[in-house]
Formats: sequence, structure tokens, C-alpha cells
Amino acid sequence: MAIRRSPSKAQVRREQMLAAVNYPIDWLEERSGLVGGVRYFLFRNVPSDINWMQTLGSAALTAFIVQAVTGVILAMYYRPTPNEAYSSIQNITDHVTMGWLLRGMHKWGASVFIILMFLHMGRVFLFGAYKYPRELNWIVGVLILVLGLTEGFTGYLLPWDQTAYWASVVGINLNGTAPFLGPWLAQFLRSGQEISGDTLSRFYSLHMLVIPGGIIALITLHLYLVVRLGVTSPPWSKEAAGAEVVEEASPLRAGLTRPVPHGSTGGRD
Amino acid sequence: MREEHGPSPTIWPLGFAVGISVALVGLIVNPEWISTIGGGIAIVFGFLWARDATAEMRAQTPVVQAEVREMTPAEAAALPAGAGEAAMAPPPPGQRYPRSRFLEGATLGLGGVIGAIVTVPVVGVALLPPFIRQRGHTVDLGPLDAYPVGKWFIATFTSDPGEGEVSRRTAFVRNNGVTNNVPSFTIISNRCAHLGCPVQANGPTGAILGEKNVTEHTANGAVLLRPVVPAGFGCPCHGGQYDTEGNRTAGPPVRALDRYSFDIKNGRLTLLSTFSVSHVVGTGAQAKIYKYKLANPGDHIDGPEEWFYPLQPPHH
Repeated sequence: MAIRRSPSKAQVRREQMLAAVNYPIDWLEERSGLVGGVRYFLFRNVPSDINWMQTLGSAALTAFIVQAVTGVILAMYYRPTPNEAYSSIQNITDHVTMGWLLRGMHKWGASVFIILMFLHMGRVFLFGAYKYPRELNWIVGVLILVLGLTEGFTGYLLPWDQTAYWASVVGINLNGTAPFLGPWLAQFLRSGQEISGDTLSRFYSLHMLVIPGGIIALITLHLYLVVRLGVTSPPWSKEAAGAEVVEEASPLRAGLTRPVPHGSTGGRD
Repeated sequence: MREEHGPSPTIWPLGFAVGISVALVGLIVNPEWISTIGGGIAIVFGFLWARDATAEMRAQTPVVQAEVREMTPAEAAALPAGAGEAAMAPPPPGQRYPRSRFLEGATLGLGGVIGAIVTVPVVGVALLPPFIRQRGHTVDLGPLDAYPVGKWFIATFTSDPGEGEVSRRTAFVRNNGVTNNVPSFTIISNRCAHLGCPVQANGPTGAILGEKNVTEHTANGAVLLRPVVPAGFGCPCHGGQYDTEGNRTAGPPVRALDRYSFDIKNGRLTLLSTFSVSHVVGTGAQAKIYKYKLANPGDHIDGPEEWFYPLQPPHH
């Protein structure tokens, strides 16, 4: 006859703790399936030979999130009117606690976001990751890039100092030189024939509501397509579609394998 | 014998086109009333057209047979006594508009109407205001005595005092004297014809000349007049250069500097509106100014490149 040992006190407590932690998660999962969805997103299979270059997209996403969050906080102190815009920026920089840091993050983060988008685009181009069936994701990415640049253009006016003002005058008039619809585009951006307070609030609305909304929607679509179509292997991958299955390299040589062009025997003939 | 033919010709598309044309013309003439009327005409005729065009399609509803099958003996046996007949009479044979299709159409139609009602004002307010009711401002630049004949002044003024400092503009003003009883002024806008930066006078001003700046208090607030002896005008942004008549002499500008039209009201110099200039021949009162409607900086107004800008947005 087997003796059933009653569980120890520590064991009981651990099980109770686990149940307490799991309960809300299970509650959520049962009613929404969200936990499974997040798990699917985070733990989906990716090629085993992806490398650090393929983190540039996530890096750009992180930069965008930083821009969104710092921008929302800046909006709590910024006033988009001709008489107050510049002084409210000075107030953020000089008086709001850590305002200088927040504004600096937003200002420099803008460049980081653009640079990361370009690096990410370069990686996708050089890896050939834009090819079938991922062309649509390239197109969506280009739209995000354009909207990102538009964010830079509209955000540049907001400090409302001499640089901002005249750079925006030049930028708007550059748009105005586009053939056919250019003059209309310029007048739309300027909100009339002359730069005025309306131009400032218009750029503010575009900068913090319209364009970010578009970027968020497009990023969602971008990520959906990434998950649906999967991550591309690097061009030198042995796992590339159509390539011969090769034995796994010794762990000691991991990362040292030289790329072998398709169709060559790699000097083994 | 009837031949197969397409829908008979209707006049609805014509009315629709008229409505659209009226709406478009109204955008230029009178956006509030004419455009609304045109839009209304277009909507009414569009609806009638759509109804006419889909009439045939809507008439050809499929004949739906009531679903009927023989009961198996088991089913028949399972029926309670007295319930052997159908609880509801089968629908009468003939054409019948299926309920699901009606609901589908109603959802799309109502949804479309609600969407349009909500979208029209949103898109309208987003796009139209920059283009309609753009009013110019007349600017009072002070008494004529403030402008001795033959002298240049850099005049700085707020074109719309209600708008504040953001409407501050600069013009270069020279009194050319009176010829044949007509006063002549050369009033050049400082907006560069390249990309709109503020053009500066190339020459000594104020203190260097030994002359004082004058502030005239006018209906447009304080107007600052700084005496200057310009050899020409130059832009700090991309190096465009102009002569004293505003003709481009070097750099990227595509035309001469814009000018202000003016009037003398009660002995005061008054700016009316701005116009663009391709080039100027001669100087001062004798100048022949090749005048065009105000254009965006960087837009060609003459020569073949003008064809790239066929439609200028409405100006005052």
C-alpha cells in the first residue's frame, strides 16, 4: 500500500500563488483569446539564421513609440497659438520639471526614428526581403516612411522661432512648385494665402493627430503582414527556399559560415 | 420581335453632370449658395440615375421556391397527432424579394447615407476654408509727406492687426513723383520669388545714412519706415539677387519680385493687393511692368514652364 504524502506547506503555498497569478490571465484569455494571440505573436517561428540586422524594424517601432509618448506629454504644456507657442516651448525647456529632457528626447528621437526607418529599409532591400510575396509590405513601409518625413516637416514649425518659421515658409513654397496641384497643396498647407496662426494650429493638428493616426494604422498593417508572411532568411541562408538542406554547422563555427552563392559548389569540386 | 438592347437612354446623367458643373463653378463664384445648389442637383439626379440604371437588375429577382421535401416515415411518425400539416401556409408562388437581400441593401444604403452626411462637412471643412473667402487687406502706410520723392524706404507693417505680429510684412517703397497728374510709387514685396524668404535691401540704412527711422501711426498700427539706399535686393536663404525694380539679376528666382498695387486715399498711401511680375522694363514712373495674377513663389508665370501651373488657387 502506497503511502500518500500530503504536500508540504511550501508546495501548497506555491500552488496557491500560481493560481492567484494565473486566475486573471485565464479570465482574460477565456473571454478574449488575447493571451493566446500575444503568445502567438511573440513566440512564432522565425528562421534560425536571422541576425541583428533584422531588429532594425523593431528599433524603428520603438523609436516611434518613444515619439508618440513624449509627444503626448509635450502636448500637455505646448500651446499652438502664434503668441504663446514660442514661450510655451521655452517654459517646457526651462521650467517644467525634466521638460528639457522630454523635449530633447522628442527632438533627437525624431531623427533617430527617420534614420532607423532608412536603415531598416536598406536591410530589407539588401536582403531582398521585398520580393514575392512581401511586395505589399514594402509599399506599406514606403508609406510609413513618407508619413514619418511629413511628421518631421510639420513638427519643425511648432517651436515657432525664426528657423521654424522660415524653414516652413520655404518648405510650403517648395510644395507649391510641384506642377499642376502644387499651388493648391501650398495654399492648403498654409491654410490660406499667407502664413498665419491657422497655419500653426493646422500643422499642430496634422503633426499630433492626423499623421500619427495614419502611421499607427499602417504600422498595424505592416506588422500583420510580417506575422502572416513570416520573417525572411538572410540571402546567404542555407535554409532559403529551394536550397539544399544542409547539416547544421557545428556550434563552434556558428556565425563563421561564409555565404555560398546559389549555383556554385562553394569551391568543393 | 424585340431585340436585346441596353437600357434606354435617359436624361438623368445629363442633369447629374449639370449639377456637378454648377457645384464646381460655384466653388469659384459663390461656394456657399451656388455650390450647395449644384450639389443638391447632382445628388437628386445621381439618385434618379442610379435608380434608373439598376431598375432592370432590381426587377430580376430570383424566384425562390419554398423549401419542400417529403418527410421520412420516421419523421412523420414523430409528429404529434394533429400536427401533420404545415404550421404556416407555404409562400405563394411567384416573384418574391428575399428578405436577406433587402436587409443587405438597407444596411449598405443607410450606412452609405449616414457616412456621406457625416463625411461631407468633415472633408469640406478640412479642404475648403483655405480656398474660399480669402480676403485681402488694405494697408494704411501713412501720409504721402512721409515719402519724399526719389527716396527708398523699408516699410514694415501688420497687414491684419487683428491677426497680430504673425501678419507683419515688409515692402520697399519709393515715391516716383507725380507724372501727368498721376502719382507714381514703386512698391516691391520682400517675398522672394524663389521660395518666399525675406529679401533684404543691399545698401546702407538709417544710422549709416545719417537719417532717422520714422514710425507712422496708422489704421494698421505702427508702420516703421527705415530710409535705405539700395543697390538692389538680395535674399539670405539661397542667394537670389534683384535690381531696384525687382528684376532677377542672379540666383534661383524664376521671376521678378511681386509688387503691391496702391491707392492714395485722403492723402495717405494705401496698399491694396499683391500681384506677380515677370519682369520690368525701364524704371520708376516710366517702368513697363509685366503684370500677372499673384502666384506662389517658385511658380513660373511666363514662358513654357507656365503650363505647369494652369490653375492658380483663388486669391483675393
